[in-house]
Amino acid sequence: MRKHFSNYIERIAEQNDDIVFVTGDLGYAALENLGIKMGDRFINAGVAEQNMIGIAAGMASQGYRVICYSIAPFVVYRCLEQIRNDVCFHNLPVFVVGNGGGYGYGIMGSSHHAIEDIACLSGLPNMKCYVPAFIEDMNTCLDEMFARSGPAYFRLGLGKPMPDYLVPTSYGSATAFNAASKLTIIAQCPVTNNMVAALNGHGDKGNIDVFVVNKMPLEELPEDIKASIGRTKNVLTIEEHISTGGLGSAVSVLANEAGLPLKKFISLHAEGYPNGLYGNQGYHQQISGLDEENITRTINSYF
Amino acid sequence: MDHVRLQGKLRTKILELHYKANSGHIGCSLSCIDIMISILKFKEAGDTFILSKGHAATALYTILNEIGEIPDEVMDTFYKNATTLPAHPAAAKYKAIPFATGSLGHGLPLATGIAKAKKLKKAGGVSFVLMSDGETNEGTTWEAAHFAVANKLDNLLIFIDKNGLQGFGNTADVLGDTASAKVWGAIGFDIIEVDGHDISAMLDAKQKLIADKNGKPKLIIAKTVKGKGIPYMENRLEWHYLPMNEAQYMEAVDRIKSDYNA
Repeated sequence: MRKHFSNYIERIAEQNDDIVFVTGDLGYAALENLGIKMGDRFINAGVAEQNMIGIAAGMASQGYRVICYSIAPFVVYRCLEQIRNDVCFHNLPVFVVGNGGGYGYGIMGSSHHAIEDIACLSGLPNMKCYVPAFIEDMNTCLDEMFARSGPAYFRLGLGKPMPDYLVPTSYGSATAFNAASKLTIIAQCPVTNNMVAALNGHGDKGNIDVFVVNKMPLEELPEDIKASIGRTKNVLTIEEHISTGGLGSAVSVLANEAGLPLKKFISLHAEGYPNGLYGNQGYHQQISGLDEENITRTINSYF
Repeated sequence: MDHVRLQGKLRTKILELHYKANSGHIGCSLSCIDIMISILKFKEAGDTFILSKGHAATALYTILNEIGEIPDEVMDTFYKNATTLPAHPAAAKYKAIPFATGSLGHGLPLATGIAKAKKLKKAGGVSFVLMSDGETNEGTTWEAAHFAVANKLDNLLIFIDKNGLQGFGNTADVLGDTASAKVWGAIGFDIIEVDGHDISAMLDAKQKLIADKNGKPKLIIAKTVKGKGIPYMENRLEWHYLPMNEAQYMEAVDRIKSDYNA
């Protein structure tokens, strides 16, 4: 998605001279063209993420829309107070773009993972987090982000094409209405692709409603999700993010507040580093039960 | 009004705000009110200002009231419930307070970003920021300082309120002199050291630095006295925190009246 992202920025920056791109000294073999095309509106702030966000807020206060780019953990955790005090308090159009996200940087180790990013950011005032799952989500999320006059976070992961049984919605994408459905799956971020793999050829696929949510915080349950849970009473949430402050927690609170009848609710989420061992993204997904095999097993437990 | 009488008038107002609110940070405001006069009373079109040492909020509120940015009736709400004037400047109510400060180390990156935006837009005006000397302990200071030099932001002017005291000790004893002209000069700043209570000297320094469009960011190291004007507060760490009792308040007001013709 990184190439797709830089192409998009090249295009929109060419059309809008109020867009500035600031990188925290990252972008090798990806952002070189963007730098050439944007000229003095492409700024390398050096290895100094806190200052990068402060600079961006200062520039945004003067009328610019500013993209701040680094890998997800560096641009979220190191400068959280700058994002809160300098950007969010003042509702400024600073768009924080974190490459990787979840266990995306795999064997690079825990310093390079971001499995609490949405928890950290989605509760900040005026903040909207975009977590596209599929390539097709990228453009809609980016269009929406650039239409904002306030802050946003964009988690840039590795996406695959959206399967044809999902239809874009205002919150992401969903399967068509199915009166006979027995299970409601609500998923987020590119780990959704493991669910897509688990559903391929699954015998009960026709009895499962799927919703993919690509924006956080989830302030209310979309009507179609509410109706689905009302029918199935069975919920499975899937996200490459810790349970606290993530999708599953939000769905649980909202479903209970809405008085929806819940028979069974399972949240599959990032478990951190329970065995103290490290591997690639697939390894960590497996340890957290986010792999295709465990998702299949979990789905089977509802039938 | 001459400079000294204005310095006295605003000191009296600061004391009144703190006395009525029974609040601390008096020494911090008295340390930098003269710097803020030299920036805000003599502000030019296109200039912006950020108070990075947000704990000197009463100095900011007082000078903004003086130049008509905060109405009198609002000043009476300082430190009370449902106010727009809390102990540290909060978000977005007044155009002249563009950022909520109070956590140290934020103002310089913000002012640097404003200076960079002015350069990109080829807009005039100077981006001013006031920091405390203790605040320069913060790592963002050095991130922003290098950015300002690398980006040739000669439209950035930092004032450091150098009173030699910080939250829990003398700056010399905590991390050493992080507001040293040597260090900042080595990074690439144009620097003038000046008496931070002498308005004319600060105006001269300001003018001289701004006029020199040499691609180097500017720094005025303003040597100050914490609690300036009230002898029992001067250079005393406790007046970072303490409120005044009635006798102390009366003594302070009398002292300002006689020394500043206020």
